Amino acid sequence: MVDSRVTYTESLETINYPKHGGRGVVIEIKDFSLWYGHQQALFNNTLSIERGLVTALIGPSGCGKSTLIRSLNRMNDLIDGLRTQGQIHFSDENIYNPNVDVIGLRKRMGMVFQKPNPFPMTISENVTYPLKVDGIRDRRLLDETAEKALRAAALWDEVKERLHANALGLSGGQQQRLCIARAIAGDPEVLLMDEPCSALDPLATAKIEDLIYQLRGQYTIIIVTHNMQQAARVSDNTAFMYLGKLIEYGDTRTIFTNPKHGRTQDYVTGRFG
Amino acid sequence: MNTKVSEIDKKPKHIGGSVLPARGEPFLWVMGGTLAIGISMIIGFLVLIFWNGLVTFFPKPIHVLTLKDGSLLAGEPIREEYYKPGKEQLEMLDAATREHIKRAQGFASRTLYHTGNFDLYNEDYRWVSDYEVAKTTLPAHVFFIERVEWGPFIGFPESLRAGSEIISKASVSYGLLNAQHHEAVERREQILRIERSDIGKINRRIESERLALRRAALKHGENSNEYRKVSAKYEERIAALQGEYDKLRKEAESIKESDSQYEITLRDVNGLEKTLPLSQVVRLYPANGLTSFRKLGVYASRWLEFLTREPREANTEGGVMPAIFGTFVMTVLMALAVAPFGVIAALYLREYARQGHLVSAIRICVNNLAGVPSIVYGVFGLGFFAYIVGATIDELFFPERLPNPTFGTGGVLWASLTLALLTAPVVIVATEEALAAVPQSMREGSLACGASKWQTIRYVVLPKAMPGIMTGLILAMARGAGEVAPLMLVGVVKIAPELPVDGFFPYIHLERSFMHLGFHIYDVGFQSRNSEAAKPMVFVTTLLLITLVAIMNTTAIHIRNRLKKKYYVGHF
Ligand SMILES: Nc1ncnc2c1ncn2[C@@H]1O[C@H](COP(=O)(O)OP(=O)(O)OP(=O)(O)O)[C@@H](O)[C@H]1O
Ligand SMILES: [Mg+2]
Repeated sequence: MVDSRVTYTESLETINYPKHGGRGVVIEIKDFSLWYGHQQALFNNTLSIERGLVTALIGPSGCGKSTLIRSLNRMNDLIDGLRTQGQIHFSDENIYNPNVDVIGLRKRMGMVFQKPNPFPMTISENVTYPLKVDGIRDRRLLDETAEKALRAAALWDEVKERLHANALGLSGGQQQRLCIARAIAGDPEVLLMDEPCSALDPLATAKIEDLIYQLRGQYTIIIVTHNMQQAARVSDNTAFMYLGKLIEYGDTRTIFTNPKHGRTQDYVTGRFG
Repeated sequence: MNTKVSEIDKKPKHIGGSVLPARGEPFLWVMGGTLAIGISMIIGFLVLIFWNGLVTFFPKPIHVLTLKDGSLLAGEPIREEYYKPGKEQLEMLDAATREHIKRAQGFASRTLYHTGNFDLYNEDYRWVSDYEVAKTTLPAHVFFIERVEWGPFIGFPESLRAGSEIISKASVSYGLLNAQHHEAVERREQILRIERSDIGKINRRIESERLALRRAALKHGENSNEYRKVSAKYEERIAALQGEYDKLRKEAESIKESDSQYEITLRDVNGLEKTLPLSQVVRLYPANGLTSFRKLGVYASRWLEFLTREPREANTEGGVMPAIFGTFVMTVLMALAVAPFGVIAALYLREYARQGHLVSAIRICVNNLAGVPSIVYGVFGLGFFAYIVGATIDELFFPERLPNPTFGTGGVLWASLTLALLTAPVVIVATEEALAAVPQSMREGSLACGASKWQTIRYVVLPKAMPGIMTGLILAMARGAGEVAPLMLVGVVKIAPELPVDGFFPYIHLERSFMHLGFHIYDVGFQSRNSEAAKPMVFVTTLLLITLVAIMNTTAIHIRNRLKKKYYVGHF
């Protein structure tokens, strides 16, 4: 543990941070709280996500990262007894307005989950699923989209020979990249990633990090991660959460090298206990 | 390390004693024993059914016995047993036999013979005690003759009459007999074809003309011009049809006339004679003079008759084709009905209904429905489907046929729906479990792509749950195909004049009553005049029912496995 921390701090210095340069706010979380039944999971969080950048959400287990990211596309609606307070604005509309079109909202936000969750279909059917639910049946358009998305997810070369094979036959890393391809096939504005690499080996992780780096600018990316190096490598901004509260939010370099809060300092240096 | 090992070695017995129950070995024995008993009962049952079912049609030798009182008896030995002769019986025996029985502690052995010739003897099975028999022979020229009526005849072909020519015993060879018999069978089939299908067609057309007339009467009234017009046309058409009918009748009569020229005279071992038209003979063979190959031929032809022909003699002889067909059609219709019904119910319960006390209560009710006696479903099916739904359909769509019910009585549709209701709990429970087993992450993945709830269910959840749903359907089909009690109320009959599917518009006649293998077993086994004669048929029919269910299930399992392969390619 002690050893790794030394190399870790060293590596921080050598990391080539992505260039900072937001193009305005795309998601604005305003004083947002959330309850699972009687248990409060999020406490008055306020946070703005910048368009075209990669934002990392970090924090100890159970601090509410998944809860927050799932609030952004209202995946939490599925849970019984859920209650929210405050607002989340996406393109200047409060997505918790009762008359919001949730399906339309989810189409504008692709999501990648911690565990790869390909559907029991062929690879190409998996990738074009967002088009299928839109009622698009045009074969050529579907094939083009599949190829584009698979290329973007750096999976094309590995699967182009077996697009019509079952997706469950892919390896774990390939499945996760397939899920990323699926998420971007619907041409969303925002990509939500909840620990996308936690089930993967270092090589597959590196591939996905590369991918995030390449997708940056095209999409606004929000990524939850437990891996400090990963957060440091891929993100422009970082938010640190603790016990349901947003403790510190800012430029990734600042958060990792010069945090204002003691807790952030402890967490990013691994001194957390 | 070493010291530890030796410490354990010192008291191995103590440790072993305390470990035995901990290892659960007694449990293992109990479980293994229970399993062994279960399996051996199932295997025993199957062996019994298979053995009896398979040997029934194999030609048996015919023994000719000379009894001590001088009379003769010919028959197929069926089985032997030991019994205790009564006191009076013993007193009638001579001293040596009595002594013999005494030494066997009062037991004597006897054999059951299938003697046939019911029309001559008024019985076709007879027990013969061993001490009654003076001599047993197996003459090569004794024949087993299956007839359309009266069961088999065991004896000798005496003579054959073809027109005025009489071929006497000396020149009646097996080959000649066979050739003549073949022609006679052809004639019988021809008559049957004319009477059944050709005349049947005309009857059907006459009936539909009559119904059209009746419809016109109901619509316009009997005094209207329209009715008169239709009525005139009706008379014309009926006259034409009557002409055709008479022509066919004449044709049939002429074949019958020529058929009656051919007669065979049979003689039993005691010299009693019986003459019958040759076309009344179904099959004949010299039982003791057959080569193995010929025996197989008889065996195969009996199976063929059994599988493809209609029953005769109150179902105890002939084939069971209508019952096979009825069982199949009913089971398929039931599966078609129960699959969507059960799956939709389970989808609502699991995916849409708010999980609360009400849904739990409904779930318990559904589970308990599986325990309701099936006859209750039969009563419900008769009352609801036939008398309420069916009667309403009749009034609305078939008023011209009233008071004869069309749908207002038992039929294959109502039977299938009743069984669908009966098996629905199985499908609902299995589907619910299959749905619950679809990982939440998959649903979330679909919803996150912007799919609606229904799209998620349609494209992701249902395909993934399909193998589990199929399992439920397989269980339901197995249960439904073997059910008899409710069917007796809602459409199964002893003899159905017509199949539920045939070549006449609208081809599938859902309102018709039908025959069913399960009911056939009950009917043949318990309702026929001679239970001994029916026993082999019961075994063969049971074998057939089991085979039919197995075939249908294997097909379903095959489909399920293909689905499984599609959806369960190894992870990682
Ligand atoms: N469906 C739920 N019902 C009730 N409580 C929940 C539910 N999901 C999460 N919680 C609670 O909300 C809090 C935040 O959980 P969340 O999953 O957001 O944590 P996390 O930061 O993603 O943790 P991890 O890093 O382990 O994934 C936890 O205390 C958790 O127990
Ligand atoms: Mg989480």
